[in-house]
Amino acid sequence: MATKMTKTSPAAAPVEVDRSRDISQPLEKLAPEERLKFNSDYLAGSIAEDLIDEITLAVDENNNKLMKFHGIYQQDDRDQRDERRLQKLEPYYTFMLRGRMPGGVCTPQQWLKMDEIGRTYGNEQFRLTTRQTFQFHYLNRTALRDVMLGLREVGLDSKAACGDVARTVMSGVHPGLSKLHKQVYEQAQIASDHVIHKTSAYEEVWFGEKPAQPRGENEEPFYGKQYMPRKFKIGFAVPPSNDIDIYSQDLGFVAIASRGRLKGFNVVIGGGMGRTDRAPETYPRLGDVIGYIDVEQLLPTIEAVMGVQRDYGDRVTRSHARFKYTIDDKGLDFVTGEIERRLGVPLAPAKAFKFTANGDQLGWTTGDDGLEHFTLFIENGRVINRPGHPLMDGLKAIAETEKCVFRLTPNQSVILSDIAPVDRPAIEALLAEHAITNTPQKGRSALRLNSMACVAMPTCALAMAESERYLPDLITRIEGLLEKNGLTEEPITIRMTGCPNGCARPYIAEIALTGRAPGKYNLYLGGGFHGERLNKMVRENVGEDVIMEVLDDTLARYAQERQPGERFGDFVIRAGFVAEVKEGRHFND
Amino acid sequence: MSALIPTLTPDQRDSVQRLAATLDREQTIWLSGYFAGLANAGAASALAAPDAATQNGAATADGASAATNGASAGAPGAAPAEAAPAARTLTILFGTDTGNAKELAGELATAAKAQGVEAKVADMSDYKPRALKDEQDLLVVTATHGEGDPPPNAVGFFEFLAGRKAPKLDGVRFGVLSLGDSTYEHYCSAGRLLDERLAELGGERLIDRVDCDVDYEDDAAAWIADAAGRIAPERGATDAGGPNGAAAGGVNGVAPGGTGPNGAAAVNGAAASGASATATLEAPAYSKKRPFPASVLDNVVLTGRGSTKETRHVELSLEGSGLTYEPGDALGVVPANDPALVETLLGELSLSADTPVPVKGGQLPLGEALAQRFEITAATPRFLEQWATLSGSAELEALRAGDAKARTAFFRGHHVLDFVRLFPVPGIEAEQLVAGLRPLQPRLYSIASSLAAAPDEAHLTVSTVRYDLHETGRTGVASGHLAQLLHDDATVPVYVQQNEHFRLPADDDTPIIMVGAGTGVAPYRAFMQEREARGASGRSWLVFGERNFRSDFLYQVEWQTLLKDGVLTRLDPVFSRDAAGGRGPKTYVQDRLRQRGADVWAWLEEGSRIYVCGDADAMAPGVRAALKDIVAEHGGLDPEAADEYLNELGRDHRYLLDVY
Repeated sequence: MATKMTKTSPAAAPVEVDRSRDISQPLEKLAPEERLKFNSDYLAGSIAEDLIDEITLAVDENNNKLMKFHGIYQQDDRDQRDERRLQKLEPYYTFMLRGRMPGGVCTPQQWLKMDEIGRTYGNEQFRLTTRQTFQFHYLNRTALRDVMLGLREVGLDSKAACGDVARTVMSGVHPGLSKLHKQVYEQAQIASDHVIHKTSAYEEVWFGEKPAQPRGENEEPFYGKQYMPRKFKIGFAVPPSNDIDIYSQDLGFVAIASRGRLKGFNVVIGGGMGRTDRAPETYPRLGDVIGYIDVEQLLPTIEAVMGVQRDYGDRVTRSHARFKYTIDDKGLDFVTGEIERRLGVPLAPAKAFKFTANGDQLGWTTGDDGLEHFTLFIENGRVINRPGHPLMDGLKAIAETEKCVFRLTPNQSVILSDIAPVDRPAIEALLAEHAITNTPQKGRSALRLNSMACVAMPTCALAMAESERYLPDLITRIEGLLEKNGLTEEPITIRMTGCPNGCARPYIAEIALTGRAPGKYNLYLGGGFHGERLNKMVRENVGEDVIMEVLDDTLARYAQERQPGERFGDFVIRAGFVAEVKEGRHFND
Repeated sequence: MSALIPTLTPDQRDSVQRLAATLDREQTIWLSGYFAGLANAGAASALAAPDAATQNGAATADGASAATNGASAGAPGAAPAEAAPAARTLTILFGTDTGNAKELAGELATAAKAQGVEAKVADMSDYKPRALKDEQDLLVVTATHGEGDPPPNAVGFFEFLAGRKAPKLDGVRFGVLSLGDSTYEHYCSAGRLLDERLAELGGERLIDRVDCDVDYEDDAAAWIADAAGRIAPERGATDAGGPNGAAAGGVNGVAPGGTGPNGAAAVNGAAASGASATATLEAPAYSKKRPFPASVLDNVVLTGRGSTKETRHVELSLEGSGLTYEPGDALGVVPANDPALVETLLGELSLSADTPVPVKGGQLPLGEALAQRFEITAATPRFLEQWATLSGSAELEALRAGDAKARTAFFRGHHVLDFVRLFPVPGIEAEQLVAGLRPLQPRLYSIASSLAAAPDEAHLTVSTVRYDLHETGRTGVASGHLAQLLHDDATVPVYVQQNEHFRLPADDDTPIIMVGAGTGVAPYRAFMQEREARGASGRSWLVFGERNFRSDFLYQVEWQTLLKDGVLTRLDPVFSRDAAGGRGPKTYVQDRLRQRGADVWAWLEEGSRIYVCGDADAMAPGVRAALKDIVAEHGGLDPEAADEYLNELGRDHRYLLDVY
């Protein structure tokens, strides 16, 4: 649907920069992953053979890496890992499959298909992610092709949900600004379809469709055989909501509108969360606003920005391969200049905009188009039936009415949107019938409603500590402190991840915890409430007692000493609990 | 027993039977020789004979008396047959699965030798049945397998005999000793059929068949003694006084050394006689009769969460036992009954655990006897008989008199405990109870390890039998016993049971196909460990079947490693309950063989052996049928020729079974 991206090789760069670690180098000097991609026949590898291997339900290491480009990770049930080793059984391998759903917009038919797949293959559940898409866990390798076929039936795929390519494109979901949202979402969709990899390997592996011709040099006009150095995240924000955490994206677009008409975008580059513990050369970084473009310039801008990262990104050390490091290594000026050179015109100065929050506004809203929207908090995005809380059944029943569109939010919640006022009572009745409310089971603090956790145990291979299974209980304990200090209604963002990689974007939360070992976390404070500032570690590798001690102290002081309207993240800096982090590269100072 | 001594007076019969009940096997065999000696010597007194035997040992140079001849016959290099050529040839055939029939055939040969008859001993699977017509005396020891079938390796022999090609056996004298398990409907039917068929073909029944239950030892020893006596050449048929002495030599040959008045003779005889006696003395100190208390090194459940089974991997230490085995052999495990079941039984019967009861070799308190000495789970015809009498129940009486099928069905649904509950016998005496119970038998498990990989260890793959019957949980005797051996100092008595029928090829280049379902995979783990240790170059292909991939892929990681290392060439796992979440069609090992028919055929044609281990009722026949179809299709043979191809494979020891 979009114009083809093309590989524009940079004619003589204006400034001499170090090219010793990028794609200009021969393969043997680069990371093994570069050779793997190069030799994979455009991501086909031998995945198809592994899918029918009868002696294991796993795939081999290389194919696992390639399958990420197809939206699939191999995992194993870590709860069973030790016992199965003693049983002389291989780990309980399952697969996580993440879909591509630009802007998180999902038709009722698509929702029903996800529901069906989740029930049939995914342990009777599925999950809404922090990037506005859905993912299934617990899939048997033998189910993957069926799942892929099911997704295709409703126009979905799982291309590039993971891997060294542009990931599913995010788009803010402000329900009060329905008309503008619609225009931005269309751009996000166009962008997503434009940047998606083109290889016929996807259809060949999953649907058995032989390509019309063997894959050759033109298979990936933009990416080439080596794709990007690492993942590349693109998102669109609609102010005043920064729900997509635009500063955490490699490439962000802030919608600039005039009288409800989308005019163009401010361009933000170089955000990224991932870091490694005890590796100070790795750090989270917030994006920089480098200018403004008109809507028509969107695709050329994306190509220019991604092209710079494709050509200059570090392909020797993967932990240093994200765009944020390219920018800090080469300098923001060089990168901006290179983007402008590729665009052929300079960027216009950025326009004014204002964010107020990065959370979701829960409950009913009437949009500027007169349609009704209900934003539903879903704890950690888990769509599942629990005793007395048949959430999965309820949302299925609502989807079956076909009276609303589902919008997945960047905070793992869902908006039942575009409901005609006449249909609202029917939706409300179904919500009531299934006991679905915005009053979470375990407590109703504003902190909980602004919480996010990654999946971690037992499926994620990277997790070092619990996250999704633990955060709700920890919040219950923190709610005791909030109540004591009269802060129950105070929105504070809290995010937890099982490892330092940052899937729940922890480094921009006001309170964050990243796992180090079972029961042990790094504790961070001082992130910006609407995602404008990184937080800072205040305790390293501590257990719940220390976490509670620090929060008890800081929350009590906040309750007593805060100024009107002052956010918790701002207060801890003013009160001297933590230093402000002004730039990512100083995060570890 | 009634067939044993047909010409005795009732009083004599009672005396003999009373005596026989107190004898162990060696004593019985010794006495058989003793009586034979008496008969041949004419008129010695009962008391004189042991003395004579003792003297024989000391007076080898005399050469004057018959007894002395015997002793010299036992001397090195002087085979009795030379001294006393038999008038008729004797062939002893055995059909065995666990090795018991083979062992008894050996004892029979020894007893025959003691009578001066040198027997040819052959496994039915090696024996060319066409030669039957040339036999003169033929003694057969056979087990019964599964639903009244012959032992797997003897199937070809039985088929030949049942068929139209079976020869006339005029002039052939025969006898059959039949082994079985009375809890099965077709108890001892292989032996019975054979006995009938041999007569039908014109053979002369030399000795009536005896059917032996799992506690076969005494009955078998008596039959052997009788049979040996009957094949003895008639006096006067030879020119030397051999038989007498031979009897003495026979006694010496098989008696254990060192006890009682005949000790000296025994030692002498053993020292002087042939290989079998020497083997008896040099055999490991631990044996079936004297099992080794093996400590449990490891005991883990192999089946993962959600399995429909509980299959265990049990590692036992043989250190210090002197026990050795080869891959393919089995380990005999002497179990003990569940203490809770003993307690329940005692409670139901209002019996005290302390009441002494007679057991073989003495007395034990009832509680201990029930735990250690008797089968108290499955009921037997003997128990039914006893209980029908004690309870006076018309229902039990009818069952006893009724047909075997109904009885077997009843046994399946009613254990000893259920008899006790449903047909109470108020005031029963402890002795009455145990009189109906049969001795607790060891259980055999294919060893799942190789000494080359795990020195001084034997690993078992054990499926724990657990189910409910009449709302009471039941466990398999041995598997339940093994399952609870979890504490650090747990031990279990074991011995090695050789299984000659299930060995790796001596030639390491020979390809092998291993077909196994469930715990039937155990010997293949031993095979692969052995082949890895030997650096064997022959290809190996495992076809393994179970229910669910996730939970039941026994030893999965080990197979994966063996494959990666090239020890295992090929692995075809097949799971019957995975298709469509268990609702889909079930596939079994035989189905997979059919799917891979062309390859199976190619391997067979390249000289591969094929092993089958596991379930005897459905799997083994299913595999046979699949192989027949494969051979027919890919070898272009008609069904009969395909059958013959498989029979030929069996005769060549290339199609080997270990099924149960």
